[in-house]
Amino acid sequence: MPDYLLTTSPQMAKRHARHKRFQWYGRIAIAISISFMLFMFTAIFFRGIGAFQKTMVAVDVQFTEANLDPSGNRNSSDLLRANYKPILLQGLQQVVPEATSRQDRNRLYGLLSNGAAFDLGERVSNKPAMVGTSERVWVAASSEVDLYVKGKIDPVEIPEELRRLKDQDIAWVEALREKGQIKKKFNTAFFTNGDSREPEMAGILSAAIGSFFSLLICFLIAFPLGILTAVYLEEYAKKSRFTDIIEVNINNLAAVPSIVFGLLGLAIFLNFFGLPRSTPLVGGMVLALMTLPTIIIASRSILRSIPQATRDAALGLGASKTQTTFHHVVPLAMPGMLTGTILGMARALGETAPLLMIGMVAFIVDVPKGVTDVATALPVQIFLWADSPEKGFVELTSAAIMVLLVFLVLMNVFAVYLRRKLERRW
Amino acid sequence: MNTDAPVSDSGAKPIMTARNVDVFYGKKQAIDNVSLDIPENQITALIGPSGCGKSTFLRCFNRMNDTIQICRVKGDIKFAGQDIYDPKVDVVALRSRIGMVFQKANPFPKSIFDNVAYGPRIHSLSESKDHLEDIVITSLKRAGLYDEVSDRLDEPGTSLSGGQQQRLCIARAIAVDPQIILMDEPCSALDPIATAIIEELMDSMKEKYTIVIVTHSMQQAARVSQQTAFFHLGELVESGDTKQIFTNPEKERTQNYISGRIG
Repeated sequence: MPDYLLTTSPQMAKRHARHKRFQWYGRIAIAISISFMLFMFTAIFFRGIGAFQKTMVAVDVQFTEANLDPSGNRNSSDLLRANYKPILLQGLQQVVPEATSRQDRNRLYGLLSNGAAFDLGERVSNKPAMVGTSERVWVAASSEVDLYVKGKIDPVEIPEELRRLKDQDIAWVEALREKGQIKKKFNTAFFTNGDSREPEMAGILSAAIGSFFSLLICFLIAFPLGILTAVYLEEYAKKSRFTDIIEVNINNLAAVPSIVFGLLGLAIFLNFFGLPRSTPLVGGMVLALMTLPTIIIASRSILRSIPQATRDAALGLGASKTQTTFHHVVPLAMPGMLTGTILGMARALGETAPLLMIGMVAFIVDVPKGVTDVATALPVQIFLWADSPEKGFVELTSAAIMVLLVFLVLMNVFAVYLRRKLERRW
Repeated sequence: MNTDAPVSDSGAKPIMTARNVDVFYGKKQAIDNVSLDIPENQITALIGPSGCGKSTFLRCFNRMNDTIQICRVKGDIKFAGQDIYDPKVDVVALRSRIGMVFQKANPFPKSIFDNVAYGPRIHSLSESKDHLEDIVITSLKRAGLYDEVSDRLDEPGTSLSGGQQQRLCIARAIAVDPQIILMDEPCSALDPIATAIIEELMDSMKEKYTIVIVTHSMQQAARVSQQTAFFHLGELVESGDTKQIFTNPEKERTQNYISGRIG
């Protein structure tokens, strides 16, 4: 065999080496990206997973009429407003009888969540027959106790003066635990509550609903406007200096930092038009402004990829420009345009900065019922929690990020599904 | 060149006349002062080397050049005595009278039935569902495709073979009942068997329609056409009876082309 045909010949060896080297550069790049991704996801997962569980404390409560309903009329709003602290404390003292001083009683009561009394009040007002009976009820533990039970506070490593939970508190918690009065359960409050000052009572529902309403408004504005703009520019407008300027501007707008759109929304929607502040209506409008260029650019490139032969076929049959466009071109482009829109919306879902500017950064406890209710959004909620000093919010932050990521992944999967489903070959 | 069109020997009356047509793409002139008559119920072939402007000239007849923004057409093109570039002429109506079949078969990504039915639908040519079905079946029969697809009219038109797709496009053009069918190299992407079928089809179609075909293949022009026009570098070099062009051309350039010395 002649030498130059062999893979070992000098020229060939050099080429193969280059080929191999390039492949390895690619593999290393992918490996590094994947390890970053895995690192991020595992970090978020292990920090956030705890937030899906919550520590509950069992208290044997005597719902004495003298304490809760001295008037005896079982009025539900009176029951809601009654003072449940003494009866909860009495229940705890059954386990820890030595806590009798004023200070000790306050510390003992502090093992429970601040929301526990309110929670109990709601239960009793929904079921007034409870008054006069005694029952074992499970109420939320305080965030500190919750962290201790989940093993996130190590009493040996951290000296007592640096802990909020003192050695005595821990002894009491252990006493409760010995009697089987402490358990962990699934944290439904995280999915059904709005924000709260207490980490154990805080949930993401109001932020999620706020995000949903904002995205709804964003879609209703950005989708038709974006598609029609793209169709007009691509199919109807004659190429001129004017359309060139429009094209350049749209491309520039897509690169404008989102906070600028927030300032624009503040100046125009709030200050000029006087629309209600901090609402999904304005948030959605700002997000629509931000998403529009993305949708227009994506839709135009899809329209451009529709073969001219399709247009020629329809025009050659005597279809008008509009018939050609809406019978043939737009239906063919629709899957791609929808995908572009959903990807733009996914970006809008994760956007924080413009919402800060229009005041969707408020502390929202109630779940918004419409687009003009004051609301916040998921990424803003994450931002707020990440900013909170309480240790309990660390878990919540990561858990909220997980929820946001799940929504983003779902939207992207939906985009892929739509493309597969609607795509037609030509 | 004289401005009077060469009179065809067959004596058939022209359905379409072009006088002193110039076409520009921007500043570049693609067609230079072309005059040609298209005789009715005959096949006219436009031949010439690549880039000679024959396709551009063909697209003037149904104003498909309108879709190209930089393209300008000057001169006078009359269809049944009416100047088709008159601002009063509706291009949509014009194209329903003058159909077109393209170089690459371009069926819509819809069913075979819907492909053929699209034209009648947008021009409201059918009175009822049955009538529409009738039009579709007749058109498919005229295009010689019906027997091959009669049992799968709801399958996508894009699932057919290349030759079948091209005949589907012919059926689609016929369904609108035009008077003239323009064909822009309809067989250039087809194998010889599919080409032969389409040539046969064209021969049978000329009783009802006037056909203008652009072709690269001189053999095809010689086989199917009665009239031939030879284009070179944007000019109409010679036109007339096909037999005469191929056996006894007047101009030297024509002689050179058909004998393979240019092109």
